[in-house]
Amino acid sequence: MGQTIAEKIFSTHLVDEPFGDVSVLKLDRVFCHEITTPIAINDLQKRGKDRVFDPDKIKAVIDHVSPAKDSKTAVQGKILRDWARKHQIRDFFDIGANGVCHALFPEKGYVRPGFTVIMGDSHTCTHGAFGAFAAGVGTTDLEVGILKGVCTFKKPKTIRIELTGNLPDGVYAKDVILYVIGQISVNGATNMVMEFCGSCVDQMSMEERMTLCNMAVEAGATSGICYPDMTTVEYLWPFIRDDFQSKEAALESYSKYISDDDAEYEAVKTFDISNLEPLVTYGYKPDNVKTVTEMAGTSVDQVYIGSCTNGRIEDLRVAAKILEGHVISPTVRAIVSPATPKIFNQAMEEGLMKIFMDAGFCVTNPTCGACLGMSNGILAPGEVAATTTNRNFNGRMGKGGMVHLMSPATAAASAIQGVITNSPMFIG
Amino acid sequence: MKDFKGPVLFLDRSDINTDEIIPAKYLTENEKEALKPHLLEDLILEGFDASKDITGNRVVVTRQNFGCGSSREHAPWAFEVNGYHVVIAEGFARIFRQNMYNCGMLAIDLAASDISRLFDEFAGSGAWIEVDVSAGAIEVYALGENRDRQGEVMASIPFEMSGFDRALIESGGWVEYADSHY
Ligand code: SF4
Repeated sequence: MGQTIAEKIFSTHLVDEPFGDVSVLKLDRVFCHEITTPIAINDLQKRGKDRVFDPDKIKAVIDHVSPAKDSKTAVQGKILRDWARKHQIRDFFDIGANGVCHALFPEKGYVRPGFTVIMGDSHTCTHGAFGAFAAGVGTTDLEVGILKGVCTFKKPKTIRIELTGNLPDGVYAKDVILYVIGQISVNGATNMVMEFCGSCVDQMSMEERMTLCNMAVEAGATSGICYPDMTTVEYLWPFIRDDFQSKEAALESYSKYISDDDAEYEAVKTFDISNLEPLVTYGYKPDNVKTVTEMAGTSVDQVYIGSCTNGRIEDLRVAAKILEGHVISPTVRAIVSPATPKIFNQAMEEGLMKIFMDAGFCVTNPTCGACLGMSNGILAPGEVAATTTNRNFNGRMGKGGMVHLMSPATAAASAIQGVITNSPMFIG
Repeated sequence: MKDFKGPVLFLDRSDINTDEIIPAKYLTENEKEALKPHLLEDLILEGFDASKDITGNRVVVTRQNFGCGSSREHAPWAFEVNGYHVVIAEGFARIFRQNMYNCGMLAIDLAASDISRLFDEFAGSGAWIEVDVSAGAIEVYALGENRDRQGEVMASIPFEMSGFDRALIESGGWVEYADSHY
């Protein structure tokens, strides 16, 4: 019987199968940020086990609250910084070089097809866009990952999401993933790997695939995953050119991480996205999804463009294209946060930052920022946000606030109008 | 092993997420104890009042997909520092469930019919639950006036526990287990 991509990765990384019901996997990457790692570091120190399994496989960043906003967050940064220095974790990104983890680490070429990746962050599933098994874990799993380089998972079941058809104009990867979550629910992929394939995914850039995989956890999935193809190889080429004689050779090697035709799935869902419309969430769950047309006219207090879902260069380009020559509504305040310094630089060179600023946006440094209501850009009770982030839970961007998730195009158009509205890119 | 018994807090809703269990703004804390006053602070549930309903209870009974969302282990810790070591649900988000066992705490899956029975028969009057880990059974008792265990067992509901989950509970958590095995 054939294997899914996740099963293939599991079999190449298997260390142990205690009791037959779980797999202990060897880890290729353990990613760390300053919110969930310090408690793991403190605990290792308390136990007299302040060691790391391999400093080259551990990458760390201060991203959630950066620059530090108070003494507590300063301490969190300091614990991570001191620890990275002590253990010679060379790939540590501090203020000035830092960005949102799930945008920064892919950009540095740290994730490759067939890798196993964990991080103390639920949106680690983003890295599955590279054909990796990438899972968010808690602090204890992270702690053992740091110390031993292993993590346990139940044997992977996979839900295959086949996306066919061409994306209509003005409809983006964000709309696709909101649609999928709306269809299968926030519990639809719990304990499963969510495998994205089909002609629509084949045509997507790595950025778009990351947007898809980023929200897999909002359907409960352990990891999102896409098959490695030439798009993956092209993206990674600057980092792998010494490992392979040609791109074709790289592709051939990575092709072992593609599901077999006779692989077994827990479920297979096929969605034709040819007639998809721009979507937006309306409640406190990411599967509360409506079309923008249905929600049009809902007034908005704050617009946020950024995060690990949609803070990449393609996202800023789309938003800037809509904003060019316009100013935001006087009833709205708007924030843009490029997800990494590289994206920020690129956006400046392309003139995008000027467009954002001329339109009246506040520009922040690369950071998680307003996304999780513990840093900047917090909503007052009763306020409404139109945002490109991934979670609309109650209180997510500040107690008593309402969060509507949407694509960067919809967010930019809504900033101009002051109400939720379809972008001019969408011809309905 | 931790203790797995006490009065029950019934949370009659599915998809209770980690941001509701412990909001992100408290993730700046580096000590678990600091999370204590904030457990379930942002929970949306009619009739629930975090300031009154948490203290005195020890066991949660709830519906489907409990603990979805963030990977924050602060969610199980917030329960732990409030004396809760057991959550019984129709289903859990993967990371939350793993975090519970990694901390040596129980996240027990029951069939929808068993969960409904617990709500229908006991939510109104209150209940005391004891989990017998070695027998794999949840024992339900009436709740006395002083929120203590009252009388004979009123219901005994069997549950399944994997060998690995049991090993984590018995060794006190994943760090202890991994340390002696890998
Ligand atoms: S941008 Fe938001 S969702 Fe992404 S890692 Fe940061 S806080 Fe988490």
